[in-house]
Amino acid sequence: MFEFILPPAILMIAGAVLIGVARPALRPLIALATPLITLYAIWQVPDGVQLTATFLGYEVQFVEGSDLRRLFATVFAIMGFGGALFAFRQSKWWELSAALMYAAGAIGVSFAGDLIVMFLFWELMALFSTVVVWCGGTERARAAGIRYAIIHLVGGIVLKIGIEGLIIHTGSPEIRALTLGNFDTWMIFIGVLINAAAPPISVWLADAYPESSPMGGVFLSAFTTKTAVLALIMLFPGTELLVWLGLIMIFYGIIWALLENDMRRILSYSIVNQVGFMVVGVGIGTELALNGAAAHAFAHIIYKGLLFMSAGAVLYQTGVRKCSNLGGLFRTMPLTTVCGTIGALAISAFPWTSGFISKSMISSGAAYEHMALVWYLLVAASAGVFLHAGIKFPWFVFFQKDSGLRPPEAPWNMRAAMIFFSIICIGLGVFPGLLYSLLPYPVDYKPYTPDHVLSQLQLLLFAGLAFFVMLPMMKRTLTITLDFDYFYRRMIPKIAGFIDRSLASARDRTIEAVLSGGSRAITQVRVQSYRFFSSRSPMGQMAIWMAVLLAVIVLMAFSRG
Amino acid sequence: MSILEWMPFSVLLPLLAAPVCALLPGRFLPWLLAMASVTASAVIMAFVLPEAVNEPMRYFFGDWPPPIGIEYRVDAVNAFIGLLIAVMGTVILPWGRISVNREVPQRQGLFYALFLLSFAGLMGITLTGDAFNVFVFLEISSLSTYVLVAQGRSRAAPLSAFRYLVMGTLGATFYLIGIGLIYIMTGTLNMVDLAERLPAVADSRAVQAAFAFIIVGIGLKLALFPLHRWLPGAYANAPSAVTVFLASTATKVAIYVLLRLVFTVFGIEFVRQMPFAEVFFVLGVIGILFASIWAIEQDNAKRLLAYSSVAQVGYMALAISFVSVAGISAGLVHMFNHALMKAALFMSVCTVIYQVGSPHISAFRGLGRQMPLTMLAFVLAGLSLIGVPLTVGFISKWLLIETAMADGNWFAVVVVLVGSLLAVMYIGKVAEAAWLRPAPEGREPVREAHPGLLVPMWILVAANFYFGIDTRLTVDVARRGAEMLMGGSP
Repeated sequence: MFEFILPPAILMIAGAVLIGVARPALRPLIALATPLITLYAIWQVPDGVQLTATFLGYEVQFVEGSDLRRLFATVFAIMGFGGALFAFRQSKWWELSAALMYAAGAIGVSFAGDLIVMFLFWELMALFSTVVVWCGGTERARAAGIRYAIIHLVGGIVLKIGIEGLIIHTGSPEIRALTLGNFDTWMIFIGVLINAAAPPISVWLADAYPESSPMGGVFLSAFTTKTAVLALIMLFPGTELLVWLGLIMIFYGIIWALLENDMRRILSYSIVNQVGFMVVGVGIGTELALNGAAAHAFAHIIYKGLLFMSAGAVLYQTGVRKCSNLGGLFRTMPLTTVCGTIGALAISAFPWTSGFISKSMISSGAAYEHMALVWYLLVAASAGVFLHAGIKFPWFVFFQKDSGLRPPEAPWNMRAAMIFFSIICIGLGVFPGLLYSLLPYPVDYKPYTPDHVLSQLQLLLFAGLAFFVMLPMMKRTLTITLDFDYFYRRMIPKIAGFIDRSLASARDRTIEAVLSGGSRAITQVRVQSYRFFSSRSPMGQMAIWMAVLLAVIVLMAFSRG
Repeated sequence: MSILEWMPFSVLLPLLAAPVCALLPGRFLPWLLAMASVTASAVIMAFVLPEAVNEPMRYFFGDWPPPIGIEYRVDAVNAFIGLLIAVMGTVILPWGRISVNREVPQRQGLFYALFLLSFAGLMGITLTGDAFNVFVFLEISSLSTYVLVAQGRSRAAPLSAFRYLVMGTLGATFYLIGIGLIYIMTGTLNMVDLAERLPAVADSRAVQAAFAFIIVGIGLKLALFPLHRWLPGAYANAPSAVTVFLASTATKVAIYVLLRLVFTVFGIEFVRQMPFAEVFFVLGVIGILFASIWAIEQDNAKRLLAYSSVAQVGYMALAISFVSVAGISAGLVHMFNHALMKAALFMSVCTVIYQVGSPHISAFRGLGRQMPLTMLAFVLAGLSLIGVPLTVGFISKWLLIETAMADGNWFAVVVVLVGSLLAVMYIGKVAEAAWLRPAPEGREPVREAHPGLLVPMWILVAANFYFGIDTRLTVDVARRGAEMLMGGSP
């Protein structure tokens, strides 16, 4: 009907700007309506290049539709709606506005037909996600936001060099599958991976996200890493290096999450872990694995959003972020407990949840390619996921000992958002066809085969068993038992402390060496140069410099002429 | 009258209005006359540009054809720069009225007369086709600028003006010596004639020395490192309106003169033999890096932006040093873009000074809440300076990096990117104080500025984004101009 396709990202940006200028009473309405209108617009985008513009002398493809792009844009818009629903009564308007701009960046990347447009929206995301981190409002959030901004700035620069080099050397900014062979593609690869929180630059994620506001964390969990996954699917499918990077991410996430005490930090490490699964899927590169990566991204955004919502609700109601100070909240926050548990089951790929139907596609992708080692590691990691996110998070926050906290249940809008996302988690698990029909490649994958369900249940059972075997011991720590107390209080902290200390001291020493050496050098450069060239130095020096410059140019000219 | 006959009036109107302005009483009338003549100039240039892009326009004063008479010769390059200056003047004058009322309460007629002289001088330099006429207008604009700088309210203003006077005169003298030498060798001052006659005597030492003198003389006017020392003091201490106007126009015009003399008059063949590219490359790189580092050092926001201007001149020098159409057009585009962003930045900083009374960064603390529109404008213009996509700064950096990459010069790419990171640091220093730090205790609540200060500022911010998306005017005209300068050779 319409000749002109309204770019969904622009709609979202317009909504975000409108929030700023509208009357306060209208702001919640705009915040909720914008993602829905955008979602509608997303489904009006047909396949192929829809909207081009001339920018910098290139015919850039502002909107290009395909199944894969629509899938990601859809989940980003859903996330925008869920997040806005969760946040609209509690967040300041600028946080909502920044979060929608951030979502608009993610949607813009999803539909970007070429690398230039992708980069534009990429930077938009970096900018506004930093603002969302800053909306945490604390001194730690300020510092973390600055670190976050620097990482993404550098990542953006690396990406920009790669893109510009690629355009100059091939003449085309088109998004297409690239092979890692030259400097340009490597730079693009690194630039995208920085946003995916791939090693060795994973640390920004767990550094910044937990410092955001209870509401901000919900938005942050969704967009940056998953747009990076989308970019990897479109640019580097089947790059074998990604399999190994993804595996490192998976185990990095599990180990650090198991050691962590801050609940949103646990969930942040778990993002790295889950993105690792997707990166492995992209690395395997078969249709099944790419489908799996896309489906897993979709499912992951929803259940990780749900987990961040439940953690955010707890944080909002109690102000406590450490697991060791929480516990027993199921008494007064039953709904948050149920929803948090559903999210935890989904992330553990429990049958009849969204995680089950998506994660298994990736491991099956590895199995069909006869990557035995990868398959074993993925299966082992699934158990690890259950341990750190599936049990540890809900157990310590909602059950465990009674912390004495009796917070009231979360506000109604937070509850509504959590229920909404819980329904999606279970709905996708029970009716996998809903998600499979959106995937980029045709699906003839059956998740609910008896052996598959059984093996997954076995896996979860044994992982759960491991946890429950440890459980009595943990309970005993509440009553004073010296032997285990030693183990619990001294041994683990000692080992962890030793590792931590040696790592920290090594890190501090290198940082200090670099900083002190660097700052000495910089001070020298700065102070000395400033002494000679500042505007406050004597005027005569300037005349001398003119003479010197003149002499140099004349001599060079004469020697050549 | 045809547009060709109107064209000289873009210089003559402000020049003739200046003495009238000096005689007008009160505050409003001088401003109105200045505003009217600058706007007229801008309108004329807006009509001139589309004509001049296709075919150079030539106007002979008094119908005396060159080399006897003086000729205005306008092609894509100087029409582009002329339009930039006139439009910047038109945007800055309404903004300046409020701050001038505060900073120069007495004898505003003289102030606006000097402003018009400075403006007319810059326009004259841009449009004229006569090398000596350039010098005349250079002196007109420089002398009036020295006086304008001295009007600043700080005690350092007269000293800064004096330093600017001494150094600026040195630069102008070098330029004059250079022009004198080539006049002796060729017997003409008209640029087109010079371009025809110079190749015959290109081997002579006198012409080579003239080249060196002109480069150094103009290099001082454009604040090329290490000849930038007049700039920070002059910018930091001048009245706000003068700072904004100087920052967005004066160095740009100097770069135009450099391009015109080097590429049109001396010619591309001669330049390739001369040590032009190396000198500008080295000085540009040093300027980018060091001036940015010094900018981070500053506690005075105006001085910080002034050092940033020196760094930005470094980018332009770097772009020109590639001696290619792509490089020169990148330089021209950055010239235009830098005028937009630096004017917006200086406007917001000067607005803060107007409201708070101090240019120190510590005075910016907590202003994000109290003056949100002003500080948002600062952040947006700052993002443009850093080179965030959809802003003009992104276009500049993109073209510059593209040129450097096409040339295979990775060192230049790295320098440009490091320069961007340093820009993040000095812009971030101010933005952080404004948005993330609490207001100092005991300070009276600061109110948002008068709309008369905000509207021009936001027009410039909007322009930063508009020209960051629609690059037809900037990139296409600059490319056409660069082709004309390079004489059609690649």
